[in-house]
Amino acid sequence: MKYSYFPGCSLKGLGRAYEESLLPVMKHLGVELQELDDWNCCGATAYMAVDEAKACVLAARNLALAEKQGNRPIMAPCAACYLVLNKTKHYFHDYPAMKETIDRALGAVGLRYSGDTPVRHPLDVLINDVGLEAIKQKVRKPLKGLRIATYYGCQLVRPYATFDDQYNPTTMDRLVEALGATVVRYPLKTKCCGGSLTGTVPEAGIRMVYILLNEAKKRGAECLATVCPLCQFNLDAYHAQVKAEYGSVLVPTVYFTQLMGLAFGLPERELGLNRAAIPFKWRPTEAPADKATAAA
Amino acid sequence: MEIQRTIKYDADRVKGFGREVMSVPGCEQLESCIQCGTCSGVCPLSIYMDYTPRQVMALTRGDFKNEVLKSHTIWLCASCYACTVECPREIRITDIMYELKQRAIHAGIYPKRFPIPVLAREFSAMVKKHGRITEMLLVMKLFLKTNPFAAMGNWRLGVDLLKTRRFSLATEKIKQRGDIARMLDATDAKK
Repeated sequence: MKYSYFPGCSLKGLGRAYEESLLPVMKHLGVELQELDDWNCCGATAYMAVDEAKACVLAARNLALAEKQGNRPIMAPCAACYLVLNKTKHYFHDYPAMKETIDRALGAVGLRYSGDTPVRHPLDVLINDVGLEAIKQKVRKPLKGLRIATYYGCQLVRPYATFDDQYNPTTMDRLVEALGATVVRYPLKTKCCGGSLTGTVPEAGIRMVYILLNEAKKRGAECLATVCPLCQFNLDAYHAQVKAEYGSVLVPTVYFTQLMGLAFGLPERELGLNRAAIPFKWRPTEAPADKATAAA
Repeated sequence: MEIQRTIKYDADRVKGFGREVMSVPGCEQLESCIQCGTCSGVCPLSIYMDYTPRQVMALTRGDFKNEVLKSHTIWLCASCYACTVECPREIRITDIMYELKQRAIHAGIYPKRFPIPVLAREFSAMVKKHGRITEMLLVMKLFLKTNPFAAMGNWRLGVDLLKTRRFSLATEKIKQRGDIARMLDATDAKK
């Protein structure tokens, strides 16, 4: 299993704990990731608001680079990158004028995009390529007793994902259950975290963060598991503002890859757990010896 | 008693605006909007908007260009696509919001010092120059250009980021930066 890895800007910046935990977990499962050489920013939501054609051209450069560098499927862990790369692929196929623009712009720098490269999210790869059975086999320290609110956010499942349901996604639920954890019912699992509004319009953004945290707490979750660096940042970093406005709601937010690393028994220092402002302190204990040998 | 229409109508329209938007790839379906309000119902931000998404759809289709481009609604849309997947007429409302944002930026009539369009512009300028985004630099620029006092109010956030070693101002760059500029120029070439 080989993929072109497209980290995106966040996984090198505020969301570096995501990359720190993703890489060892994938390696542990035998998934080979080759970071796309000289990748550029996907454009995210911000560029789409300035110029849609240019936003698609920027994203298309990465798709073309992936085809040139081994032509493997792209793995995009950031929900925004995942959406923009898939959106560009759709526009390339759906709108002849956009295809022409992309062809012309890529041609100016000697690149070409055929339109084929699949763009996949790690959750998709884990469930459909690796498989839950293979993941279960690697569990050394089951997350027994840990109650998790699985939070998918918006841009992973909407509007382009085909590997999970847009209204009630379950891939992460099944994944953390395979790790031994308990999933709490969390109806806000695909409600927007507010994106950049936490910074630009805090009266709206902070409230959205509060609603998500408060609901998780009310449902008895000990942590939220997330698939997106911006969701993680919003739910983790604005505690002081949430507290000032609505009262303290301390629920840690972790990447699903960090939970996998803990369950696999990977060294903690490799999982970026020290990066969170609200620390996640829960730790699993070793499984009984007979179970471990059976799994091996 | 004389019955009068309370809403100014023809005088406020910019004839052809709705057609123009509906001719953009991805925005065609707007024509079949039934004004059911599902978009406004599922939108997590409609409670903050001056016009709800449903109203923006009606205003756009009805040629009310100025009302739509000046509205806060298009800038409050966080692109969560809830409306797009729920719309019974398969209107890509999020993409229409993007189209309206682009038109507002282009026309320069977005609310002044409203931080979201500033973020979008700073973001695109950084990508054009370096090929990548350095998140902390972007956030600092945004605060300096819009509300330096808000930046000070967020000191706690900065401290947390420093403590967890996520605060980095080292500029992320790609190797082929010239390629980005050449591609963007070529995009404009024949539009």
